[in-house]
Amino acid sequence: MIGLQHYLVVAAALFVIGIFGIFLNRKNVIVILMSIELMLLAVNINFVAFSSASGDLVGQVFSLLILTVAAAEAAIGLAILVVFFRNRGSIDVEDANVMKG
Amino acid sequence: MLSQDIATVLPELVLAIYTMLALLLAVYTGKDGLTQLVTWATAAVMVAVALWVAMAGSGSQTAFGGLYVDDAFARFAKVAILLSGALVLLISEGFMAKRGLARFEYPLLIALATIGMMAMVSAGDLMSLYMGLELQSLALYVVAALDRDSKTSTEAGLKYFVLGALSSGLLLYGASLVYGYAGTTSFAGILSTVQHGVPVGMLFGLVFMLAGLAFKISAAPFHMWTPDVYEGAPTPITAFFATAPKVAAMALIARLVHGAFGGITPQWAQVLAALSVVSMFVGALAAIGQKDIKRLMAYSSIAHMGFALMGLASGTAFGVQAMLVYMAIYVTMNLGTFAFILSLEMDGKPVTDIALLNQFSKREPLKALAVLVLMFSLAGVPPMLGFFGKFYVLKAAVDAGMGWLAIAGVIASVIGAFYYLRIVYFMYFGAEQAGAESKMAPVQWLALMGVAGIMLAAVVNFFGLEPAAIAAAASLAG
Repeated sequence: MIGLQHYLVVAAALFVIGIFGIFLNRKNVIVILMSIELMLLAVNINFVAFSSASGDLVGQVFSLLILTVAAAEAAIGLAILVVFFRNRGSIDVEDANVMKG
Repeated sequence: MLSQDIATVLPELVLAIYTMLALLLAVYTGKDGLTQLVTWATAAVMVAVALWVAMAGSGSQTAFGGLYVDDAFARFAKVAILLSGALVLLISEGFMAKRGLARFEYPLLIALATIGMMAMVSAGDLMSLYMGLELQSLALYVVAALDRDSKTSTEAGLKYFVLGALSSGLLLYGASLVYGYAGTTSFAGILSTVQHGVPVGMLFGLVFMLAGLAFKISAAPFHMWTPDVYEGAPTPITAFFATAPKVAAMALIARLVHGAFGGITPQWAQVLAALSVVSMFVGALAAIGQKDIKRLMAYSSIAHMGFALMGLASGTAFGVQAMLVYMAIYVTMNLGTFAFILSLEMDGKPVTDIALLNQFSKREPLKALAVLVLMFSLAGVPPMLGFFGKFYVLKAAVDAGMGWLAIAGVIASVIGAFYYLRIVYFMYFGAEQAGAESKMAPVQWLALMGVAGIMLAAVVNFFGLEPAAIAAAASLAG
């Protein structure tokens, strides 16, 4: 029987993979965008699992809101990435180093 | 019902409708010919809405089934946000025109971000919290990369976007855990649940949410984006980042911890106290070696956020009041300082190198004096207003039995005084050499002198800030 905690474990695992994807990735920025999506989808699994376990619909409404906002966020992220690429000719993470930090 | 709900959100609605109409108008009349008009009109609308919110609002109403709260606390934060946003638009108009950045999108994106901030401070539910936060963040990601032909500006935009999205993810993960263990997303519902004991999962959720919000106010150890974004973004954008979003995110933290987790003060107070101590010391120590004045202001804002968090960490109504007073003073000081930074140039190019302020007092004695007042105020030297902001939060911490936090704050503020005084040293006793000039538009001059005047004059009566802050704190944590 698959219960609530199985979903929570999957969501937590995806979330952690997403965070590590952002910090350990040294290759390119697209991977970071994918990691961000992974984190948001992990949150959605959490919301839907809690929602169906408690029989309360608000969690599913929240997850739809997150999906919409995530789409807008990805659009803006890609737009910024395009202007970044135009200036540098590269989207490597290690090239984002004009400012130290 | 619906008409009441609409009436409660009418100020936001008016600003949103204005923004969309202005966007249509600007797009249909061709490129950027209307930029100046749109900038001034946006600032005027924001000031008008601020006056409206300040004068007309009274009592506490909720709208849309508790999603949206309009109380004295929200109104205080909204007025601060709207006025500082409008002032940033006014002092930056000349700068943008001179650097070829006069695009009509700039004032409109600032207006959209402001609407998001107004929604944040009025949030009564995890969902409206997230909606407001994202509306603000999405607009800010774009303005950070506004100078799209500049390597530093696009890099600032990219860094801000990645870390901002990460912080939204942390916040949401926390929100999902809180929802799971409380069974509701409304702050009032969470408040009544935590009174019957707090499951560990809920505490995890709370910590995740606080971490996500700490990113937004750039509290250490979640501050790593701040110096780069402040340095890379065009200076007017930096001025905006340093003021209105900080007030909004700080008010949102206050709303969350008191409105939803009011029953378990010790649990979040220790998290906020830890953030506060680390921020104050990181801000004070890391700023010492900085050569760029925008980077320096970034570390300065990290330290100031530490002090404002100290007020919240005390967990009392007086702490909220101290935080509000501190944020209002902080925003005013920063607007004056950035009006000065915006005007610095050398051979027609904007400069931000601190060493170029050498002997500035010989070239511009009056401006140097105003900047001296601002720097003393930022450092918290009495009798400038900045001292009273610090005094308030320290008093809140001591009253709440957090003497160690207050002592740490005093030590950090003494260390921090060094780099503010270093600017003053350069201006008055620096080496003789060619340095930056300060060419100010009348608005910038007024902002600098006005803020410097406020820092000296408001000591007498605070201009009614204190009673408003007391009422605001009472409506939230009373």
